[in-house]
Amino acid sequence: MSKLNLDLPEVAIRETRLGSITGYCGSAKELVGHARCGKLKEGNHQFNQTIGCSVAQAICTVVMIQDAAVISHGPIGCLGCLHEFDFTYQQNGDLRGVANPTQRKLFSTDIEEKDTIYGGSQKLRTAIKEVYEKVDPKVIFVATTCAVGIIGDDVESITDEMADELGIPVIGIYCEGFRSKIWTTGFDAGYHAIARKLIKAPEKKQEDRVNVINFWGSDVFGKWFKELGLKPNYVTPYSTVEQLSRSSEAIASVQICATLGSYLGAALEQKYGVPEIKTSAPYGIPQTDRWFRELGKITHKEAEVEDFLKIQKEEWLPQIAKIRKKLEGKTAYVTGGASHGHSLVAILSELGMKAVGAAIFHHDPLYDNESVEADALAHVVEDYGDVPHYNVCNKQEYQLVNSLNKVRPDVLLARHGGMTLWGAKLGIPSLLIGDEHYSMGYEGIVRYGKRLIEVIENDEFVKNFSKHAMNPYTKWWLEQESGKLLGGKQNG
Amino acid sequence: MANTIEQQRITCAIGALQTVTAIEKAVPILHAGPGCGMMVSRFFERATGYAGGNTAPCTNFSEKEVVFGGLDKLRENIKNTYRVLDTDLQVVLTGCTAAIVGDDIESVVSEFAEEDKPIVQVETAGFTSSNIVAHSKVVNAIIDQFVDKFYDRKKVKNKKLVNLFASIPYQDQFWKGNLFEFKYLLEGLGLEVNILFGPYSNGVAEWKTIPEANFNILVSPWFGKEIVKNLEKKYQQPYYEFPFLPIGANETTRFLQELLAFANEKGADLDEVKALAFIKREEKAYYAEIDSLATFLTEFRYGLPSFAHIIGDSSYVLGLSKFLLHEVGIVPKEVFVTDKTPKSQQGYIEEILKSTSDKKEIPLYFTPSGGEAQEKIREIQHPGRGLILGAGWDKYLAKEKDYDFLSIENPSPYRLVLTTGYVGFKGGLRLIEDIYDVVLSSYN
Repeated sequence: MSKLNLDLPEVAIRETRLGSITGYCGSAKELVGHARCGKLKEGNHQFNQTIGCSVAQAICTVVMIQDAAVISHGPIGCLGCLHEFDFTYQQNGDLRGVANPTQRKLFSTDIEEKDTIYGGSQKLRTAIKEVYEKVDPKVIFVATTCAVGIIGDDVESITDEMADELGIPVIGIYCEGFRSKIWTTGFDAGYHAIARKLIKAPEKKQEDRVNVINFWGSDVFGKWFKELGLKPNYVTPYSTVEQLSRSSEAIASVQICATLGSYLGAALEQKYGVPEIKTSAPYGIPQTDRWFRELGKITHKEAEVEDFLKIQKEEWLPQIAKIRKKLEGKTAYVTGGASHGHSLVAILSELGMKAVGAAIFHHDPLYDNESVEADALAHVVEDYGDVPHYNVCNKQEYQLVNSLNKVRPDVLLARHGGMTLWGAKLGIPSLLIGDEHYSMGYEGIVRYGKRLIEVIENDEFVKNFSKHAMNPYTKWWLEQESGKLLGGKQNG
Repeated sequence: MANTIEQQRITCAIGALQTVTAIEKAVPILHAGPGCGMMVSRFFERATGYAGGNTAPCTNFSEKEVVFGGLDKLRENIKNTYRVLDTDLQVVLTGCTAAIVGDDIESVVSEFAEEDKPIVQVETAGFTSSNIVAHSKVVNAIIDQFVDKFYDRKKVKNKKLVNLFASIPYQDQFWKGNLFEFKYLLEGLGLEVNILFGPYSNGVAEWKTIPEANFNILVSPWFGKEIVKNLEKKYQQPYYEFPFLPIGANETTRFLQELLAFANEKGADLDEVKALAFIKREEKAYYAEIDSLATFLTEFRYGLPSFAHIIGDSSYVLGLSKFLLHEVGIVPKEVFVTDKTPKSQQGYIEEILKSTSDKKEIPLYFTPSGGEAQEKIREIQHPGRGLILGAGWDKYLAKEKDYDFLSIENPSPYRLVLTTGYVGFKGGLRLIEDIYDVVLSSYN
C-alpha cells in the first residue's frame, strides 16, 4: 500500500517515503538490481557542493497556476531565483494557448532578525491579507523556509485561519530546504498541498479528460490525444485554480517524468480513484508503445491506440533509420535528474548511440505507486542494455567534471542548468533541451536526433573555448576515481 | 510601505557570496542549507565566476545538522575543498540554519587559519541583512582576518595608491565595466588603484596591498561606509567620498577635480597640470559626441522619451537622475530606491536628489518592493513618451504603459551584460546609446 498520508500537513520526504538515495557509483544494471532487493545504500558525501533545495521545486508546482499567488515565508533570499518562473511563464504562454500571460505573483514576508526571536506569525498574517487585497488571487500558497521551519511558526494554523477569514484557499507548503537532501521532495510538498486542499471531490467524471502532470513544454499531448478522442488537462503550469480543482474528474493521469509526477499521480489515484498510467514516460520506441497501450487500456481506447501506433511507425521509422545512420556508434554522457535522465539514455540508444556514462542526481528505487512498471531505468536497461559509469551524484559538479574528463564522449546531454558548461570547457559538444516534450514519442526521436547531429557537427566554438577555459579543479582530483569522496564501500 | 516584498531587486545576506566570487581565484564556502547558493547565483545572471555557482562548496544542511550541529561536516568540507579546488582565498559564509542552531564556525575556520591557510569566515544568515549590507561585512572580514596578516606597520604608505569601493559586484550588473572605467580615470589623474574585483584587478595579491594605500575612495550614498571606516581606524587611511555613481561629464568632472584636490592634500603629489589636461581631453571627446547627437535629440520627429521613471539602488537613482535631466534631456519623474536604505540615510539621499534641479522636484520613494513601485507608476499619468529604467520585471509594466524600457538592475533576464559600464564619460555615452537603441528598435 502506498505511503502517502494526505492527513498530515507535511509530506514525508523521499528518503523515508521511497528510500531514495543521492550517492552511488557503479553500473545502471547493478543499481536496478540493488534497488529491487532492498540493498540500496546512501553514499556518505565527504565533499559537497551547492545543490538546489525543495523550495524552488515546491514553488515550481504552484507559481504557474494562472490565478495563484505565492508567499515565501522567510528571508528574501529564499525567493531569489524564482523570477525565472516569470520569464518562463511569459515565453511559453503561446505553447499553451495563454495569449496574455500575466506577471507571476511572488511575495516574500522578508523575515528579519527580530522575527527569528519573536516569531514571524503576525508578519505572515499581514502578508496574506495584503496579497489578497492587492492581486485578488483564487488561491494563496505559503511556502516555508529553513528559518521559519526552525523557529517553528505555526503556518498550518495561520493559513487555515486566513482561509476561513478570506474565503479562498490559503495553503501551506512545507518545503524547508534542510528537510531533504533530494530537492525533488519539493515537488512532492507542492503536490501534497494541492492534493490536500485544492483538488475537490469529483462532481461528474469527464470521460475524455486525462491529467498530464508536466512542466511547461509544447502541447504534444493535445495533438496526440486528439487522435485518440481524449483531451489533456495540463497540471499544473498554465492551469487555472478551477481546472486544477477538478483534476479528480479525469479518467486517467499521465506524467512526463515519474520524479515530477510520482506524488500527485498516486494521490489522485488513492484519494479520488483516478487511475495513473504507471509505466514510465513515452521516450524511445518500446516505451512509447508500452505507454500508449497502457493509456489505451485504461481509457478504453485500445483500437485507437493500435491505429495511432501503426501510423506513427509508418511515418517515423524510416526517418529514424536515416538519422541513426549519421549517429551510429557515437558516444554520449548523460546528466540530469531521475527519471528524465533515464529517458535521455533511451533516446540516444534509439539513435544508435552509446551511453558511456551518466551522472544522475538521485535515485528512487520505486515511485509512490510502488509499481515496478514505473522504473524508467529498469526499462532502459532491459530495452537497450547496461550503462557503465552510472553515478548518482546529487548534482555534484566535481564528480561530473572528473568523469567527463576521463570518458570524453562525443556529446554531453544535460537536463539541468549549469552542467553543459563543463562539456563546453572540455571541448565536448553539449546539448540541453528545456522542453521535456521535445523528444517524446516517435517524432521526438527524430527531432532530438536532428538537433544532436547539428550540435555534434558544429563543435568549433567548444573546441576553441576549451583551449582557454578556466578550470578550478586540482590535478590531483582529476586523477582520482570519481567516487573517491563518497566514503565507504558502495552498494553491495 | 508594504509589509511584504514583491519582485525583489536585492537578495539576502548570503548573496554577498558573489563578492567572493568576484575576487580572482577566491572560493566561497557555504555553511548553509542546500539551495542557498543556487538561489543566489540564479538571482544574478552569469554569476559563476571562477568557483561560484555549482562549483561552490556547501555543507547543504540537513535535519541531522540542524539537530546536532554541522561543524564536523564543515571541517570535512573545508579539508576536501583544499584537495579538490585550486584557490587563493577561501571565505566561509553562514546561512540561516547555521546561525539559528548556533554553530561556532570561527573555531573550525581558525584551525585552518592557524595552519596559515588563506581562509576567513563571515556571518551572513539571510535574516540578518540584505546582500548589500553583507557585502561590506564580507570585505571587512577579508581585511580583518586575511589582509591584516600581511600588514607591515613599518612600511611607508604608497602616496599614489588608493583603494576604490564603488560598485558591488553582481548586485551592480555593470560592476566590471564601472570598475574598469574608474581605474582608467584614476590612472589618468596619476593615481595607482586597487579595484579589488574582476579581471582587471590583481586578485588576492592586490588585496594584500590594501594597507599600503594612501587613502580610500567611497562612491556610494550609504553602503560600503563600514569598509572605509574600518580602514580608517585600522590603517589610518582617510577617505574621499562621492555620494553616487558619476555618470556623464558633469559629475565625472566634478568627481575627478575634487578627488585630485583631495589626493594632493593628502600628499599624493599628482601633477596637477597633467591631470587637469587629462580631464579636459576626456570632456572634449565626450562633448564632441554630444554635438553630433544633439540634432537627433532635438529634431527626431517620430517621438523620443521625454520623461523617465527609475527603479534602482540609491547610487544609480541619484547618478541617473542627474545625468538624464542635464545631459540627455529626459526628465526624471517618480523614482524608486529599492536597496533597503536605512531610515537614517534616507534624508541624505533626498537632499542630494533635491540638488539635481532648483526648477523641478523629483518625487522619491524608498521601497524594496518592486511590485509597490510598479503599482505607483501604474497610477500615474504623464504627458509624452515614457521610459522605465528598472529590472526585468518592469518590462511587463513598460509594455502595459507603452513606454520604452531599459534593464539596469537585477534580476535582469532580458538583457545580456558582460563588460558594459555606465560610469564616467564613456559610461554616459554608452547609456545614451543603450537608451536610444531601445527607442529606435521600436520603429519598424
